[in-house]
Amino acid sequence: MAERFTKSMARNIYLGGSAFFVLLFLALTFDTQVRAMPERDNRDQLTDQVVRGKHVWENNNCVGCHSLMGEGAYFAPELANVFDRRGAGDSEIFKAYMNAWMNAMPTNVPGRRQMPQFNLTDQEIEDLATFLEWTSKIDDNGWPPNIEG
Amino acid sequence: MKYESQRVAMPYFIFALVLFAGQILFGLILGLQYVVGDFLFPEIPFNVARMVHTNLLIVWLLFGFMGATYYMVPEEAQTELHSPLLAWILFWVFAVAGTLTILGYLFVDYATLADVTMNKLLPTMGREFLEQPTITKIGIALVVVGFLYNIMMTALKGRKTVVNIVLITGLIGLAVLWMFSFYNPGNLTLDKYFWWFVVHLWVEGVWELIMGAILAYVLIKVTGVDREVIEKWLYVIIAMALITGIIGTGHHFFWIGPPEYWLWLGSVFSALEPLPFFMMVLFAFNMINRRRRNHPNKAAMLWAMGTAVMAFLGAGVWGFLHTLAPVNYYTHGSQITAAHGHMAFYGAYVMIVLTIISYAMPIMRGRPYGNSNTAQVVEMWGFWLMTISMVFITLFLTGAGILQIWLQRIPESGDALSFMATQDNIALFYWMRLIAGCFFMAGLVVYFGSFFIKGQASPAEEVRGPATQEA
Repeated sequence: MAERFTKSMARNIYLGGSAFFVLLFLALTFDTQVRAMPERDNRDQLTDQVVRGKHVWENNNCVGCHSLMGEGAYFAPELANVFDRRGAGDSEIFKAYMNAWMNAMPTNVPGRRQMPQFNLTDQEIEDLATFLEWTSKIDDNGWPPNIEG
Repeated sequence: MKYESQRVAMPYFIFALVLFAGQILFGLILGLQYVVGDFLFPEIPFNVARMVHTNLLIVWLLFGFMGATYYMVPEEAQTELHSPLLAWILFWVFAVAGTLTILGYLFVDYATLADVTMNKLLPTMGREFLEQPTITKIGIALVVVGFLYNIMMTALKGRKTVVNIVLITGLIGLAVLWMFSFYNPGNLTLDKYFWWFVVHLWVEGVWELIMGAILAYVLIKVTGVDREVIEKWLYVIIAMALITGIIGTGHHFFWIGPPEYWLWLGSVFSALEPLPFFMMVLFAFNMINRRRRNHPNKAAMLWAMGTAVMAFLGAGVWGFLHTLAPVNYYTHGSQITAAHGHMAFYGAYVMIVLTIISYAMPIMRGRPYGNSNTAQVVEMWGFWLMTISMVFITLFLTGAGILQIWLQRIPESGDALSFMATQDNIALFYWMRLIAGCFFMAGLVVYFGSFFIKGQASPAEEVRGPATQEA
């Protein structure tokens, strides 16, 4: 690098640039969280049952195999749209499906990927189903591309 | 080694390498589970093995960063470490807590682990990479605070170099951002948004400062190039990293709820994220070309060049491949993401830690000019085996990802294959990835073998330039 470009100039670009972008990021975070998100994440539907379902999701490390809104592991299907895929967008059908599915695990088919038996109560399965239904209704810019997730 | 207290880096490096071996072992288990679905089921289900694989990576890199810091900061500051005793105590606290957490994952059912560690008092578990029990998270925070205290007391009483300032800035950022791991609201979109404050702002933010500082330090040592020149490069690189990487966080906000303007912001800024990595390549090769000495530790020089190139490929090129929103719409959460994750972590963070280990370990073992020629040749075999294996792991996962998208994502609903049917169709690529993983393990064994070869390089091997120890 030419001598005209000195170390102190480089340092100033670093300090000024990072300070500016940290502030911009905080401003954008404020706008996203305060103005935009209440319109997009259907938080008026965020009941205690949804939150309990989130804890069931977390306490059993579901994200260790599945993805949720594309984040997590890629070993098992995406679940942010499983309400639409397996429940046909109907709460009662989906709850019945979830109950049957969770109780049928593991399949023990030799050589196939296995989902553990988590021994959830009927209430916990219903909470989990409610959480997944709520998640499916977040405005996520139209992802995933199709029903298969 | 100029200061006796630098030697406290040694247990950190050794323990980091032990955990590295564990990480690769569990990587092989996961790779096999991808094709033989019921392997080790129900003893070690996939989610447990994955948690062990990723958490070992994070913890051993933290051990590596801490070891690097304990080694570099006293020498840069030209003073002994504030408290070697504190460094030893924190080593044991972190090692025991980390080991117990991993054993907890393996031998206790996760829901029970959440229960006995009283997760419900402050629920933080069950989120990707942040699976640690809350009590472990608090432990990590305390260890890092004690570590930072020790390091800052050392740095403040001595010479203030740019390397030290950048390194410590990165470490403070690491500690501050870790606080977001304790924020887990009931609203999933909020949870995900701030989860990225730990994950993205670590690996595409403050960790780049740590990486840049370690690379700069090693280049000063092995090339003898004037510190002023190297420090100027370092500032430009970290400026680019933060200018692109902070708003670049937006590439994670495309499909998890935040508004549409992030599609533009995330795409544009993250498309520029390869720049700091490309500059690291120019930096490493330029400094080595302009070297004023031929340091006899050629293995360390190879790692330094390797980390720059592989970080650029893994983080830069493979990151750019799927970072533009219209592309990411199809690639998000596919095997493309896994491909990028593997090469980026290996190239940037695994290799930078192995670079400083390659430079510092021989010195701490009483070999100031590096290991014997034989040991270096074996180490270089380890380098090439691991690095080439990682290239193939990445290529096979990329192939799997492209096919996955083609079969499962591109067709309309109704025509698209289901997730599991798609997985069956691309199993060949997972088998090939597993084979590449076995070669990686072989490379790791060869690399470990190099530590057991006796003898050291002699100063006579330094052809020109000032004596090595005057760096």
